[in-house]
Amino acid sequence: MATDTGTDSDTDPDPDERGGVRTRTRAAIDAPHLRTDRWWLAPAATAAGLLAFIVYSTWRAFANADYYAAPYVSPFYSPCLADNCAPMRNGPNADLFGSWWGISPAIIILVFPLGFRLTCYYYRKAYYRGFWASPPACAVAEPHKKYTGETRFPLVFQNLHRYFFYAALLVAGILTYDTVLSFRDEHYNWGHMGLGSLVFLLNITLIWAYTLSCHSCRHIVGGKLKHFSKHPVRYRAWQWVGKLNARHMQLAWASLVSVGLADFYVYLVASGAFDDPRFF
Amino acid sequence: MSVVDRQEWDVVVVGAGGAGLRAAIEARERGARTAVICKSLFGKAHTVMAEGGIAAAMANVNSHDNWQVHFRDTMRGGKFLNQWRMAELHAREAPDRVWELETWGALFDRTKDGRISQRNFGGHEYPRLAHVGDRTGLELIRTLQQKIVSLQQEDKKETGDYESRLKVFQECTVTRVLKDGSRVSGVFAYERETGRFFVLEAPSVVIATGGIGKSFKVTSNSWEYTGDGHALALLAGAPLLNMEFVQFHPTGMVWPPSVKGILVTESVRGDGGVLRNSEGKRFMFDYVPDVFKEKYAESEAEGDRWYEDPDHNRRPPELLPRDEVARAINSEVKAGRGTPHGGVFLDVSTRMPADVIRRRLPSMYHQFKELADVDITAEAMEVGPTCHYVMGGIAVESDTAAARNVQGLFAAGEVAGGMHGSNRLGGNSLSDLLVFGRRAGLHAAEYANTLAARPTVDEVQIDTAAAEALRPFSAEGTEASAGPPENPYTLHQELQQAMNDLVGIIRREGEMEQALEKLADLRVRAWRAGVEGHRQFNPGWHLSLDLRNMLLVSECVARAALERRESRGGHTREDHPAMDREWRRVNLLCALTDPAGQKATDPASGQIDLTRETTEPIRADLLALFEKEELVKYLAEEELYE
Amino acid sequence: MSGYTAHFKVWRGDVKGGGLEDFKVDVNEGEVVLDIIHRLQATQAPDLAVRWNCKAGKCGSCSAEINGRPRLLCMTRMSVFTPEETITVTPLRAFPVIRDLVTDVGFNYTKAREVPSFVPPADLAPGEYRMMQEDVDRSQEFRKCIECFLCQDTCHVVRDHEENKSAFAGPRFLMRVAELDMHPLDAAEASGLDRKRTAQEEHGLGYCNITKCCSEVCPEGIHITDNALIPLKERAVDRKYDPLVWLGSKIRRRGADS
Repeated sequence: MATDTGTDSDTDPDPDERGGVRTRTRAAIDAPHLRTDRWWLAPAATAAGLLAFIVYSTWRAFANADYYAAPYVSPFYSPCLADNCAPMRNGPNADLFGSWWGISPAIIILVFPLGFRLTCYYYRKAYYRGFWASPPACAVAEPHKKYTGETRFPLVFQNLHRYFFYAALLVAGILTYDTVLSFRDEHYNWGHMGLGSLVFLLNITLIWAYTLSCHSCRHIVGGKLKHFSKHPVRYRAWQWVGKLNARHMQLAWASLVSVGLADFYVYLVASGAFDDPRFF
Repeated sequence: MSVVDRQEWDVVVVGAGGAGLRAAIEARERGARTAVICKSLFGKAHTVMAEGGIAAAMANVNSHDNWQVHFRDTMRGGKFLNQWRMAELHAREAPDRVWELETWGALFDRTKDGRISQRNFGGHEYPRLAHVGDRTGLELIRTLQQKIVSLQQEDKKETGDYESRLKVFQECTVTRVLKDGSRVSGVFAYERETGRFFVLEAPSVVIATGGIGKSFKVTSNSWEYTGDGHALALLAGAPLLNMEFVQFHPTGMVWPPSVKGILVTESVRGDGGVLRNSEGKRFMFDYVPDVFKEKYAESEAEGDRWYEDPDHNRRPPELLPRDEVARAINSEVKAGRGTPHGGVFLDVSTRMPADVIRRRLPSMYHQFKELADVDITAEAMEVGPTCHYVMGGIAVESDTAAARNVQGLFAAGEVAGGMHGSNRLGGNSLSDLLVFGRRAGLHAAEYANTLAARPTVDEVQIDTAAAEALRPFSAEGTEASAGPPENPYTLHQELQQAMNDLVGIIRREGEMEQALEKLADLRVRAWRAGVEGHRQFNPGWHLSLDLRNMLLVSECVARAALERRESRGGHTREDHPAMDREWRRVNLLCALTDPAGQKATDPASGQIDLTRETTEPIRADLLALFEKEELVKYLAEEELYE
Repeated sequence: MSGYTAHFKVWRGDVKGGGLEDFKVDVNEGEVVLDIIHRLQATQAPDLAVRWNCKAGKCGSCSAEINGRPRLLCMTRMSVFTPEETITVTPLRAFPVIRDLVTDVGFNYTKAREVPSFVPPADLAPGEYRMMQEDVDRSQEFRKCIECFLCQDTCHVVRDHEENKSAFAGPRFLMRVAELDMHPLDAAEASGLDRKRTAQEEHGLGYCNITKCCSEVCPEGIHITDNALIPLKERAVDRKYDPLVWLGSKIRRRGADS
C-alpha cells in the first residue's frame, strides 16, 4: 500500500537553512514538535493494522489455493477470470483470460478493490500519515525536505478514485451474488444456510456501506449540484450518503477486517481445518 | 523628532468594524482614496460578537411590517430621546443596506420561499432581524471584509496595486486627530507591531471605533472598547452627546469568573427562552412598566401562545427592551432570589428539543459547553446584566454623520450618539452600522472631493502627539518625588471597579460624586503610568495610552449621569426613579474644559464641561405615527400642543 | 478544583531569537489559558505580547500552540490539564514570529486577496435574491470560519515547507473557493471564471493530501476536509479527469464559439 507520496529527499541547497518549523523567520524552537500526548499512537496503530492486512492478503492472493469450498468463494478470488480457476457451479467464473494466465487468478481482480482502497480519501490520510509520515500527526514536523502532494505523477492519479469507485460497485455486485450463492449447501441445493452465509452477509453489508459512503459517491449522487432545491431526490440521497460518509473511516476498517475474515473463513473450510456449521 | 512617515489620503476611517468598513466601501466607491486604521487584525472587530441579527423592516416574515413600525419601535425603545431624524433614516434605509449585503455574497438564513428569514427580538413588534444562526455579526464583518477585498482586486486590475485606492492599516492605533484651524488635517498613529509612529494626512476622518465597555468591570466588550473615538473627538474639539446612557445587557454569563460578562444572545429569549428566579418563578410578569402594559402578555399561557400565533396574542415580558429586563434581573438578585453565582436562570432546555437548540443557537451551545461546562439543552443558564453598549457618543448631524465644531470629522456606529436615544433595541446596532456607516463614508468622500485646498498638517501637533505617546517610557524620570511609576494594569482594574460599582446599572448621587473623585485620583496616577521594555508590540504601553481615553470617557459618563436627575433607558437613578417628561427635551453635551490650553494636561482638575441643549422637536408626520395616549407618557405638555 | 500554582513555559523573543521562559502562576477555578497569560502580563511580564480580542471564541485572534497543539488561548480551559502538568505556550509555528506569542499572519491576507470574489448575478437587483435554505447550508457552514488560521498553521504543506507558501492557498482559502463554488447565486461561471479549475491551477488544491489536520484543529468544528476540500477535489476531477465531461465541455465551447 505504500507508495511514493511525491516527497523526495533531494539534497538541501543550503545546509544551514533548516526548513519547516525551523525556518529562520519563525519562533526559534528546536524541537520538531512540542506535543505531550501520545500522538504517535494513532499513526503507529494505523500502520500496524494496514501492514497486517498487506501481509495476510499478499499471502492469500498469491497462494492460489484453498479459496473455494462449495458454496463459498473467497472474496479475494471473485470473480475468477482465468482458466486455472477452481470450478464453481453457477459461481463467479468467467474464463476471460484463458490459459496463458499462469499465476493466481486473484491478482486479476484484486487490482480493482485494491485500487479503490488505495485511492480512497480515508486510506490516503491513513497511509500518508502512518507509512509516509507526511505528516506523522498534526503539528508534528514531517521528515521530508520537499513536498508536492498530489500535484504530479504518480500521486496525481489519486484523482482516478471515482473510476475505481465505479469498478468497486461492480465488484460489490458480484460479491452480493456470491453471498446469495452462499445460501446453498455443498451440493448446490438452495435454501440452506451455514455460519459462512452469516460471515458473507456481514461482509457484503460492510462492503456496500463502505463503497456507498465513499466521497466520490457522495459527489456523484448529489454533491456536484449547485441547487439541491431543484433536485429533491438527489438531495435526499446526498444527505443519506453524507450520513454514511461521516463514518467512512470506521467502515473502511470494518470492511477491511470483514473481507479478510470472509477469506479466512473460506480458507479454513477449504483447507479442511474447520467444518462449516450448517444451520439448515 | 518629527521624522515620521507621512502619507496622503482623501478619507481616513478609524475603526474596521461594521460602520468603519461600510464607510470605507462607500468612500472608495465615491472615488475617494480611503485608508482604514484598526487596532486589531482586519476582520476581528467587535462586530463579530453581535449575535442576534440586523433589524430591517423587510416584511419577509410578517407582511405588516414597514419602516414606520420600525421607527416607532426604535423611538419607544429609546424613550423618545432619540435623534428622531436618525431613527427615521435608519428605519427607512435598513432594508436596502441588508439587501445590498446579499449582492456582496452574504448568506442569511432563509424563509421557506427563499427570502431572508427574520426573527423576533426584544422591543420589535414584528419578526424583523435578518440573521445567520447566532453569528450574524461575523457574517456582516466577513461580507464587508470580502467586499473590500473585491474592491482591492478591481484596483489591482486597473492600477497594478491592491492598495492604491483602499488600504487597511491593521494593528495600528490612532492617538490624535490632527487639525488645521477648525478643520481636520489627518491622524497621528502608531503601529502596534513595531511601535513606529506615522501620520496619515487627510481632509476627512471618519471615526468608527465602537464603544467604551472596557471602562467597566463586567462587560461583554473586548479590549478594543476603550472609548478611543469618543476621546479623539473630544480632544479634537467635537462634543459628546448623552454619555450617561450605557446599556447593560440583561443576559451576560455570570460563571465562571473569567468569562463573567460574556454575552448570551437575546435570540435565546426571542426563540422561546424564559427567565426564572431561584424559586422557579417567571418573574418578568411582575416588571412590565406602565408604558408597555398593553403590549405584553399578562399570563404565561398567553406569552407561550404568542410564539405560535403572534397576531392574536401579546408577547411575553422576557422580550421587553433590554433596560427593563436588566433592571428586573438586578432587583431579583438583590431581593435574594438569585442563582448560586448571583444571576437568574435563563432556560431553553425545557422549552425546545435539544436538536432545535443546537441548530438555532449553535454558538451559545458551544460557548456554554466550552467555557462553563453547561449543556444548555439539558440545564438552565445562569445570567446577569453586563455592560454592553453606549447609546451616547459623538454628537452628529443626522443626515451627514458630521461631528459638530470640527469640519471634516464624521462619526458612525456605536461611537456616534443620538440614534438610539436612551436605550438601544437589539438588532438596531448592526443596521445602525450599515446605514450610518454608509452615510458617513458618503459625506466624508463628498467633503474631501469638493474641498478647494487640502488642509496642511502642523509639525508642532505631530511633535506633541509623539511626545504624549512616548511618555509612559519615561514616567520614572519625570517626577522623582512622586514615587515609582504606576502599573497601567492596576490602574485599569481600579477604573473598571470604580465605574462598575459607582456608575453602574443603578446610580446614586453620592456614589457618582465619589466616582468623580476616584477618577481624578486615577488621572493623576495615570500621568505616571510607566512601562518596561521597548515599543515593539508592547501591551503595557498600549494600555497606558488607552487609559487616557478611558478616563476621559468615564468622566463624561459620570458627570452626565450625575446631572440627569431622572431614570430613563440606560440611566437609572435610585434617587430619581421615575422618567420625567421635562428631561426628554434635554440633551447633555460633554466637551473638554480647556481644549487648547494647559488644563488639558493638568490631571488634577476635571477635564469635562457639561452643557444642556434642548432637543429638536419631532417632525409632525412622525409624531402622527403614534397614538395620542402614548405620546402623553413621553412628551411634555408644550410639545404636545405644537 | 480551587486555586493552585501552575508551571508555565511561554516562548518569548522575536525574529532574532528567543526561547521558552518559565513562570509560576496562580490558577483559579474556571479559568482558560488566556486568563493565565493575562495574569502574567499584569503581574510578572507587562510587555508579554499576545493577540486577543473577544475572549469568547468568536474572533479568532488568540491563536497559539499549547503543548504543541494549535489552539485558541481563550477556548482552552485550564481544567483539561492536571495541576502537576507543565503547560507550554508558543506562537504559531508556521508563520514568522513578531514578538512573543504574536506572529505575522500576513500570508493569510495575501492568500485571501488571490481568491476571486463573489460574482453577483447580472440580472438580479438587491432584494430580488431568492435562495433556498438547503442551497445555502453548505456555504454557511464554511462561513462560520472565524479566520483564526489554526488550519493554515497546522497544515504541513506550508508548516513544514516554507517554499510551498507561494503555490498553496491553505485550507482556509481553498474552503473559501468551495464556499463560492457552492454559493447558489455565484455567477462566476457566467463571467468566464471557473473556480474548480483555479482551485487546482492557482490555489494549489493538489498539494492537499487530505490528512485532515485542518479539520482536527478547527475551533468551529467545520468539516473542512470532508465538506470543502474533498468536494472541491471531486469538482476538479469533473472538469479535468472525467473524459466524458471534458469532451462535453469541448463540444459546448466549440458550439458557443461558432
